[in-house]
Amino acid sequence: MKAGQNPKTKTIQEIKVDIDKCTGCRACEMACSAYHAQPRYSSINPARSRIRVISDELNDEYVPIRAGDYTPAECTGRHIYTINGKEYSECSFCGASCPSRDFFIEPDSGLPLKCDMCESVPALAEPMCVKVCMTDALTYVEREVVREEIPQQKRGQIEVSLEALINQYGLEAVIDSLKQMPQAKNH
Amino acid sequence: MRYAETGFDLEIDLTRGSIDKVATEPDLAELYLGGQGSAAKLIFERVPPDVDAFSPDNLLIFSTGLLHGTPAPAANRTAVNTISPQTNLMSHSLFGGFFGPELKYAGYDKIVIRGKATDLVYLYINNDHVEIRDATHLRGKGSTETGDLIKKELNDQKVQVAAIGLAGENRVYMASIEHNHASAARGVGVIMGDKRLKAIAVRGTKDINVAKPAELFELSQELHQKIGGSDGNGDWMAVDEDDSFHHNHFAWGNARTRIKNYWSPELQERWTNWKYDHMDRQTGCYNCPKKCRNVIKWPGRERFAYKCYGKDTYHMAAFLELDFSYEILGLAQEYGLDSYSTPQVIAFALELLEAGILTDKDFPEMPADSRGRFFYLLEKIVRREGIGDILANSVSQAAIQIGNGAEKFDHNTTKKFEQLPIKLGKVNPAYFLMIATGEKMSITQIEGSFPQDPLPTREQREEFVAKWDAVPDEKFKNYFLNWEKRNDITDEATCDIVDWNEAMHYIDDSTGLCGFVSSFRGQFGGGVAYHMNNIPQVIALATGVAMDKDKLWKAFQRIRTLVRAVNVRRGLRRKDERPPEDHWAVRDEEAEQELLSKYYAFKGWNSEGIPTRQTLERLDLGYVADDLEQRGILVVGADGEVGALGTGVAGGQAAGKAMGVAP
Repeated sequence: MKAGQNPKTKTIQEIKVDIDKCTGCRACEMACSAYHAQPRYSSINPARSRIRVISDELNDEYVPIRAGDYTPAECTGRHIYTINGKEYSECSFCGASCPSRDFFIEPDSGLPLKCDMCESVPALAEPMCVKVCMTDALTYVEREVVREEIPQQKRGQIEVSLEALINQYGLEAVIDSLKQMPQAKNH
Repeated sequence: MRYAETGFDLEIDLTRGSIDKVATEPDLAELYLGGQGSAAKLIFERVPPDVDAFSPDNLLIFSTGLLHGTPAPAANRTAVNTISPQTNLMSHSLFGGFFGPELKYAGYDKIVIRGKATDLVYLYINNDHVEIRDATHLRGKGSTETGDLIKKELNDQKVQVAAIGLAGENRVYMASIEHNHASAARGVGVIMGDKRLKAIAVRGTKDINVAKPAELFELSQELHQKIGGSDGNGDWMAVDEDDSFHHNHFAWGNARTRIKNYWSPELQERWTNWKYDHMDRQTGCYNCPKKCRNVIKWPGRERFAYKCYGKDTYHMAAFLELDFSYEILGLAQEYGLDSYSTPQVIAFALELLEAGILTDKDFPEMPADSRGRFFYLLEKIVRREGIGDILANSVSQAAIQIGNGAEKFDHNTTKKFEQLPIKLGKVNPAYFLMIATGEKMSITQIEGSFPQDPLPTREQREEFVAKWDAVPDEKFKNYFLNWEKRNDITDEATCDIVDWNEAMHYIDDSTGLCGFVSSFRGQFGGGVAYHMNNIPQVIALATGVAMDKDKLWKAFQRIRTLVRAVNVRRGLRRKDERPPEDHWAVRDEEAEQELLSKYYAFKGWNSEGIPTRQTLERLDLGYVADDLEQRGILVVGADGEVGALGTGVAGGQAAGKAMGVAP
């Protein structure tokens, strides 16, 4: 079955990162900052990019990270990940715009930046960072995910109480009682 | 608004500790582009010939290219210029990576450094915040290690650092400046060390604006795809495991021995395994889709990266194999040593020992094997200990200091600078001219647009020219079609070819473009991304300056002539323009000198290689003509001819200075 044909699933697109393929060239940063400049392409400034490559040539570490949510809190940054014998700090995989570092913070206004997957009309075939990444460290992939079932409406406290009264006194008696209570104290 | 450029230079005086942000003239970009071009102008105006390389008045200039920071792909090579103590001429060096673009984003086109600090300092640039900081805690630290320590100290991973290692600190002439696994070679680390400047750390978060944003972005994307998607760009040596070309044709040891059938399939397999068993990845420079650098982690050694012929120089000088280069390159990178000239200096010393000019007493406790000897001498040189103190002054200077016949072993230098170890049979006339007259000191910085050798059949040549987009003029196609024997080509064609080859490098080194997508790669056929026919458009879209092929060619001539004027003022004359005598086995002095004379005339230079007033004025360099006349280098009213003073006073003085030794 083709993507999107199953009513119980939907197709989402996401950016897949292969850090073994990253060369650290930062073409993604350049393209992102140009695309999001106002007017479009009018300036180049990697500090405005919503993707940054964390790089450390001593450690052979090259990790493109994408701007996620803003958080006002400083991070404790207490995790160290060891992958294939190389140590990475928690920061290397975190896309938060946070006070601990100056990534994903608009350099002029100080406002947080967030990746919008280059949303535009008409839509791009793929986000700019993926388009310029010719080593396939960044690829745009489709993934089928199960649609969430619409959950049964949860009944509130009032509904539960009314049902109990109706069961005890009958529906008519409850309606009559309600009609006779216009002076009831309004909360 | 200035487009592509920032319009400001950062002027640092390390003696006084002053920091100035200086606005630059808006019309400089049109005349001198940027990078090496505008640096040459600063050196001409501010470093007169009586200023010694080790004088505080010598300038050390880090220049961004005109296209740095724009969307133009592979515009990332930073130019470093100064006066070299080795040659007493203008040093020209380049390094890739991220430094130049970052400097632009910080708001500067250049860093111009004069004076000397009393002890080691580093320069920290964070947009408008600029500080000269103490670096005594970084003394003796490796170049990459220094970058790492500074990033931690500043708590900023995005800082770009260019640093010297122990070699630069100790004023070794072969010292490089290292940045992010890229290396500025050809004698600039020594001046950074002399100025007591351990490192420069740059961080920038400002915008670069361009004149025609949408058009430039679209064109840049086309070029980006072309570079990334074609074999006609980048360093093929990063992936081609067959390196028979260098090993069978270049000379081993002190540029001495050719081993014609060295390469074999067994060797290739062994070397390929060494590489892939120890390679972490391949990396690239700012905004370039190529991955020219191989990052190697050799057991027990520092992680390093190399590109191109840089992996061959140490083991070929030592008559060893690739594993030796892998073992020593990490250390050499941390010490900050030029991997082209350093192995030659070491091989030269070992030849002198073999010849009895130096003796065992000069090498106390030196190991007996070649591997051990290279490590031993590397340590002696970077620490300037014993014989290392003399060898640290390069082959030419060491030969003079050692004397006793050592000069005869200095057989592979031109203008006192180590050349690639190439010893061939018959002269290729274009290569004769390039090596003789080039002022970028290495043939790799001069050759590259026109093929090195003819193709065997007419059909192959026709196929080659059919897809040759890069030619600036149809005549080059005819030159190539009719070229059958390497040494048989007209002088007229040779002059044109050398001029074109030079033009591309001078333009790259002023715009900041990488030779592997431009000046160096055209020679291998179609597909090179940048050439004379599209660079004018890129410049125009980026800067807003009206630019076309003729105007760009004239800018090249202007910059090239200005570099010549800087060097002529420091004594460079015809007698210095000689390739190594044994570069080719078969020589014809008369024909070579006739070719040289024709080339000088072609360039608008007189018979001593000095640009004439007429040439200088045509290139808007009247101020240069005035200066050369005032100094008696050009004679008033004797245009085109050298007067009695022409080769005299200035030349003699400067040549005398060049013989000087390190302080």
